[in-house]
Amino acid sequence: MKDVSKSPWIIHYDGSSCNGCDMEVLASLTPVYDIERFGVINTGDPMQADIFLVTGGINTLNQMVVKQIYDQMPSPKVVVAIGTCACTGGIFKECYNIIGGTDTTIPVDIYVPGCAARPQSIIDGIVQAKECLKQKCIAEQKAAKEGK
Amino acid sequence: MTEEVMIRIAVTAAYIILAPFLGGLLSGLERKLSARMQGRRGPSVFQSFYDVKKLFSKNLQVVNGAQIFIMGSYAFFIVFTGALLFAGWDLLLVFFTLTTAAMFLVAAASCTHSPYSTIGANREMVQMMSYEPMVLLTAVGFYLATGSFDVAEIVKADQMAILKLPGCFIGFMFILTIKLRKSPFDISCSHHAHQEIVKGITTEMSGPCLGLMEISEWYEKVFLFAMIGLFFISSNPLSIIAVVVMCSLAFFLEVLIDNTSARLTWDRMLYSSWTVTLLLGGVNILLLELFK
Repeated sequence: MKDVSKSPWIIHYDGSSCNGCDMEVLASLTPVYDIERFGVINTGDPMQADIFLVTGGINTLNQMVVKQIYDQMPSPKVVVAIGTCACTGGIFKECYNIIGGTDTTIPVDIYVPGCAARPQSIIDGIVQAKECLKQKCIAEQKAAKEGK
Repeated sequence: MTEEVMIRIAVTAAYIILAPFLGGLLSGLERKLSARMQGRRGPSVFQSFYDVKKLFSKNLQVVNGAQIFIMGSYAFFIVFTGALLFAGWDLLLVFFTLTTAAMFLVAAASCTHSPYSTIGANREMVQMMSYEPMVLLTAVGFYLATGSFDVAEIVKADQMAILKLPGCFIGFMFILTIKLRKSPFDISCSHHAHQEIVKGITTEMSGPCLGLMEISEWYEKVFLFAMIGLFFISSNPLSIIAVVVMCSLAFFLEVLIDNTSARLTWDRMLYSSWTVTLLLGGVNILLLELFK
């Protein structure tokens, strides 16, 4: 049985964020919140990651970068948009260079709202992402079976 | 004689089958112990098994197809190194096989032409340059202390090798930190600082390829602690207790060093390990030769 949900490795990308959400993402990795107890490892390598955490809105410059990171991740993979900016574009939405939330560029599975998103809600988002990862794994297996 | 051959085969088979379980558990314990030292709860002790299981169920993505073959060779030679040791073969042959395996890892990292991976490979070669002299001196030390390079003979010695080789033992503990990729000398892979050079040597490895690397590291871990055990084993059956106690102590010490020290630069690693090799290993062997 394929089950990848017990070891969700994350990669964190800072879009055009004010760094508030990035601090909170890093805070959830510290001893106080200790997200490693779910088996999470913060990798810097898209090829080894399962969950893609995006903070901040998408602008014309970072759109290609976000796409590139997403494409380099081996499936099954889950995208989590963290903070209001990554969900919808937030207060920067009307800026001339901002395209919008993460879902304008890549498919997003979990939205974690908040300005800045609190570590508790980020942890909740990642735990839900684990479940989503499991569902995707099962769906992939099913598709492979039917294909044969 | 045939009975001895049977025992050798049994021990080697036990190593090949059980080492991944023991090694995986050790690396899980390592993460748990590190977490407790930092005041965290930490992941389950079986986390390494979950990680590898996940890695093998991910899609395979490789930049250069040759990498899979080279990684396979690395895994094979690591298992072979341990098998030679547990089969009681020549210590020199064991160490040369270990070097061959390390060279395959360097080749696997540099065949992808990724800059991070190449920096990792270069640093791995500097690491090899740092630990190889001490490894060779340890083999020579065992010969001078017990009169044989054969592990099967060393195990049957009347007294523990540590009594004659305290310097070599401390030197070997020093390079064990390099081999286990622990903090002050974790230069080529940067386990704890994943962002620096993007984990260096494993940057371009993903899914099953990285899983193979993890399993090889488990085998290597068991091999290295068996080398620590070799310093304490003798013909007396009670020495097994000393082996277990000292291996556990060495394990705890490595995790403690990992958590309490910052990573050094490659040149400081090279100078410090060669100084330790020359002072502790060299003087130990010189004295052993003089007062035979």
